[in-house]
Amino acid sequence: MSDFSLTILFASVLATAAPLIIAALGETITEKVGVINLSLDGSMLLAAMVGFMVSYESGSLVLGFGAAALVGAVIAIVVGLFGIYLGLLQVAVGFALTLMCKDLAYFLGNPYSRLQGPQMLSIKIPVLSDIPFLGPVLFQQPLIVYVALILIGAIWWYLFQTERGLELRAVGENPEAAYTRGIDPRRKQLLYTAIGGALIGLAGAAYSLGIKPGWGRPQGIEGLGWIALAIVIFGGWHPIKVALGAFLFAFLQVIGITLQGIWPSVPAQVFQVAPFPLMIFALVMVNLLQREGVQGWVKAHPMLQRFIKQLQGVPPRALGKSYHPD
Amino acid sequence: MQVEFQQVHKQFGTVQALRGIDMRVEGGTIHGLVGENGAGKSTLMKILTGYLTKSSGRILLDGVEVDCSDPQVAAGHGIGMLYQEPQDFPPLNVLENFIVGRDCDHDLNRTEQRERLTQLADKVHFTLHPNDVLEKLTVGERQQLEFLRLLGREARVLILDEPTTGISDQQKMLLFQALRQIRDEGCTIILVSHKLDEVEALCDRVTILRHGQVTGEASAPFKVSELLEMMFDKPPSVDVVDHHYHPGGELLRFKGVTAAGERVGLHDCSVSIRQGDVVGLAGLSGSGQGLFLRLAAGLATRREGMLEFVGQSMDKLNHKAFRQQGGVFLPSDRLRQGLIPGFTIRDHFALAAGLSSAAAQQAAEQAIAQFHIRGTPETLAESLSGGNQQRLQLALIPKSARMVLLESPTRGLDVESAHKIWRFLRGDFADQGAIVFSSPELDEILEVANRVLVFFEGRVVRDLLADELDYEHIAAAMTGK
Repeated sequence: MSDFSLTILFASVLATAAPLIIAALGETITEKVGVINLSLDGSMLLAAMVGFMVSYESGSLVLGFGAAALVGAVIAIVVGLFGIYLGLLQVAVGFALTLMCKDLAYFLGNPYSRLQGPQMLSIKIPVLSDIPFLGPVLFQQPLIVYVALILIGAIWWYLFQTERGLELRAVGENPEAAYTRGIDPRRKQLLYTAIGGALIGLAGAAYSLGIKPGWGRPQGIEGLGWIALAIVIFGGWHPIKVALGAFLFAFLQVIGITLQGIWPSVPAQVFQVAPFPLMIFALVMVNLLQREGVQGWVKAHPMLQRFIKQLQGVPPRALGKSYHPD
Repeated sequence: MQVEFQQVHKQFGTVQALRGIDMRVEGGTIHGLVGENGAGKSTLMKILTGYLTKSSGRILLDGVEVDCSDPQVAAGHGIGMLYQEPQDFPPLNVLENFIVGRDCDHDLNRTEQRERLTQLADKVHFTLHPNDVLEKLTVGERQQLEFLRLLGREARVLILDEPTTGISDQQKMLLFQALRQIRDEGCTIILVSHKLDEVEALCDRVTILRHGQVTGEASAPFKVSELLEMMFDKPPSVDVVDHHYHPGGELLRFKGVTAAGERVGLHDCSVSIRQGDVVGLAGLSGSGQGLFLRLAAGLATRREGMLEFVGQSMDKLNHKAFRQQGGVFLPSDRLRQGLIPGFTIRDHFALAAGLSSAAAQQAAEQAIAQFHIRGTPETLAESLSGGNQQRLQLALIPKSARMVLLESPTRGLDVESAHKIWRFLRGDFADQGAIVFSSPELDEILEVANRVLVFFEGRVVRDLLADELDYEHIAAAMTGK
């Protein structure tokens, strides 16, 4: 009995985390190049709606995902053009877009509310899915979960092992210096903001076409965009740690649902809401560890130091500042 | 490679930064480009590297006109620059910093790049570890890395902008050695500096700039006095103010003060300022004068030493105590640190003295009349001209002030406004208290101060009284001679 429920628990954590991982990775790329795309909460919702609408009308999941990625990229490009090229406050543009996209999603998506549409089914990978415990957890998942897992490694590799990734990080740290070395910082920023936006769009569709299938009001993913933003900070702008943050949040969500069954006397809302303050608490802890006083204490414990060093992340220095050549 | 500028102009808005520069640098030489801050040295060099675009004029490399409209193009011509502020990426490691950029040879893989870095470092006797994160390196080491990077992509013209600021003596020796070495291999080097001892030690020829124009050229061996004359404006012929000096009791005391900030910091500074002092802080801008004033005003933190104001020790950061004891500090950035944009003249009085609206109106009207401020009590601070802003700041000084600290008080003001300000300051405060001011204009210091502290690289290198003030002597001390 306990073995069985553990399998379900871990399998659900993986599935719940997948879209969050994709969105947070998209935002990681964007912020690594020095741009804050604050539109992702609304952007994900609009992409979820468009993804559902397109695949409902066309019957094709691929078209649905493609349309969602396009929506995410277009919104990100708006942030990019206004923030990078016109020098508006990126945070303000992103925030306005998040509100607009949310309303737009509910308004345009109204005719598609509560319809039965196409959805991604779990893919059983032959042989591997027969491994006890690991099989059902890892190898009986919708395609998007595999995509999310592959993306973690792929983005890490791109950022830290390729020349292009090095240029991306360089622009996010010091666009002026990048410019003196023949890199056009603004073009890089726009490019990676668009790619990050496409991933955010993909994450939206991953909900409406797979993890929380269908479209409705509320969709049940409101606020997850903000969580993805927090996870990027939690993960210290490092793709692997960001993914771990997404797993942590998904775990908190799933465990809440599980506990709800065990303690029916506790109001359901407590379990629904608990992951959010817990995530904030985790953020505070990570932040506290970087304080000078704590640092001194940490230095006295070499074992701890290694672990805590891993938790620390520094934001890209040029984050949110637009660069203008003379 | 020979580099030639013909009639190069550069305008920033209404400001003429360069007014027709003609200059030729022969291939395989070290050419010095000297001048005061703001003379246009860095601007000229940034035009050569494509970081800035010229307004008009021509640039020729080996006699052929080239277009250096962006850094990538200039790098293609073999032009590389070591900027004054290291243009690098601190969170990345040494090797990554070496590689990143479009101007790097991307045919090599990481291992080969690492070998290339080590090879180049060995050649010029630098010690750098490819895996160290840049943040842990000193400014000198970061500069060494940048230097190697430029060597690595075979720069044929290397520009160095004040390369010895903030680096150790040993690093300086290594750098000079490396520069001579690559010059002998045929590289053309342009050294931008205002430190004449370095120019003397390294350069084959120098060009002197002042106010965006070439004022002279010279070949080694150089006569320092001639260079100084071309660098600075002519000493004033008549003294405007009588330099009588009758110091009273001690007001402010620095004892062995060391602090970090403003790049060079302040080192082991011991100075006593007495009633009746009008102290001019001379020095090239950014040599520690600003930090000195901020420390005195309780706006900066010192690392070591004692600081006393009117006999009381000043704790780390205590601007409030400083003001309560009769101190005033007027920063050079009037609109950002001194006044409040969006506030009217009346608002400023209401805020400064905690006055009611009617009382503030009266105070403002009085001040406008007394200080000849062109405006009404309802005029916003930002719509006043620079001179009027400064007069407003002066009007806001409480009558009880005993110590007035001013940072470049006449910056951007015309001669007439500057005179008015000094007449007021000397008349009102010089006797009852002390004035300490910094100024980039040595002439101004000589005109109004009865005592001069000369700053060089964060140290007070001279403390001179009125009868010892000599233009050439101070100018030489300012440039480290």
